[in-house]
Amino acid sequence: MIKTPICDIFGIEYPIFQGGMAWIADASLASAVSNAGGLGIIAAGNAPADVVRTQIQEAKKLTDKPFGVNVMLMSPFADEVAKVVAEEKVAVVTTGAGNPSKYMPMWNESGAKVVPVVASIALAKLAERLGAAAVIAEGGESGGHVGELSTMPLVPIIKDSVSLPVLAAGGIVDGRGIAASFMLGAVGVQMGTRFLVAHECTVHPNYKKKVLEAKDIDSVRTGMRLGHPVRSIKTPYSRMMLKAEFDPNITNEQFDKMGQGSLRKAAVEGDEKDGCFLAGQCAALVKKEQSAKEIIEEIFAEAEEILKGADKWVK
Amino acid sequence: MVFDKVAAILAEYVDADASTITNETSFEELGIDSLDMLDMAMALEEELGGVELELSEDIKTVGDLVSYAESKMA
Repeated sequence: MIKTPICDIFGIEYPIFQGGMAWIADASLASAVSNAGGLGIIAAGNAPADVVRTQIQEAKKLTDKPFGVNVMLMSPFADEVAKVVAEEKVAVVTTGAGNPSKYMPMWNESGAKVVPVVASIALAKLAERLGAAAVIAEGGESGGHVGELSTMPLVPIIKDSVSLPVLAAGGIVDGRGIAASFMLGAVGVQMGTRFLVAHECTVHPNYKKKVLEAKDIDSVRTGMRLGHPVRSIKTPYSRMMLKAEFDPNITNEQFDKMGQGSLRKAAVEGDEKDGCFLAGQCAALVKKEQSAKEIIEEIFAEAEEILKGADKWVK
Repeated sequence: MVFDKVAAILAEYVDADASTITNETSFEELGIDSLDMLDMAMALEEELGGVELELSEDIKTVGDLVSYAESKMA
């Protein structure tokens, strides 16, 4: 059995958060993960506040275990979503794509435990100063919005800079990633890509197929020219975006427009031509559709085996 | 005085000559993004002896930052 301080702090059985994937992580997936002993998370993405509230209330019906909401700080609805999260007394808030300073006093007051996703020392230190419960050090191997540093250097860098508990994210897909994360100084993990193929994940079947069939060379970053790149699985759409990336005849504004709605097309409509299938580099390792419970139990059993044998090279 | 400290930190950050930095210099023209700003703010806090700086989007130029830092120190 694996137990870390994360289990006590968040009231969960396994020290694992499920990543807040926009258009994908809804009450169904979040409640399944929470019921299985992890911390399920509803992704607010760019959704309006009432949509997020509906998902929160739905999750409360499906599970009495703690769950969280991920607030995407670049969303035009971030202010209202942040308020809903406080009003609904959500147990955990994770934040991504920016600086959560202005909402933290409100969330601290509502009793929410705040866990910012950080990709830099400055953000981690700020999180600590503002009263965060922990931080998620997410390396650029992850799917979705990605930072510069990889998980391997980022986790120790963040661990050395704050005294908050650190969860590792980015590239974690099985027991090996969990065990490695602990060696890097983390006391928990956040996992996204593998949960895409959980039975309870309501993403379009074409999306799941893309993840299951992804090879190592299928991972690509696009959107570098706008300053907030995203990682996805190679498709005709991503090839088109990469061409446009380096085309001086296309303005940043036009380039931005080309990306709008592409995630929804992939996640909701399964559009293999114009959809953007966000996923991490570890998609290449995802081979089987399972329930959230089966996934969690399998990866922690693997991690335990590896950790027990971790001193095999020490003579 | 605060201006000198800001100019020095900025110059190191973007590998520029501190004497070329003025109050009108904008962070955007130097290619400094929000993550850089956060990091720089923390460096400045240390230089100024522990004052806490909460950066907002209104701080666009060196002059803005200097005025804000000075107001926090008063």
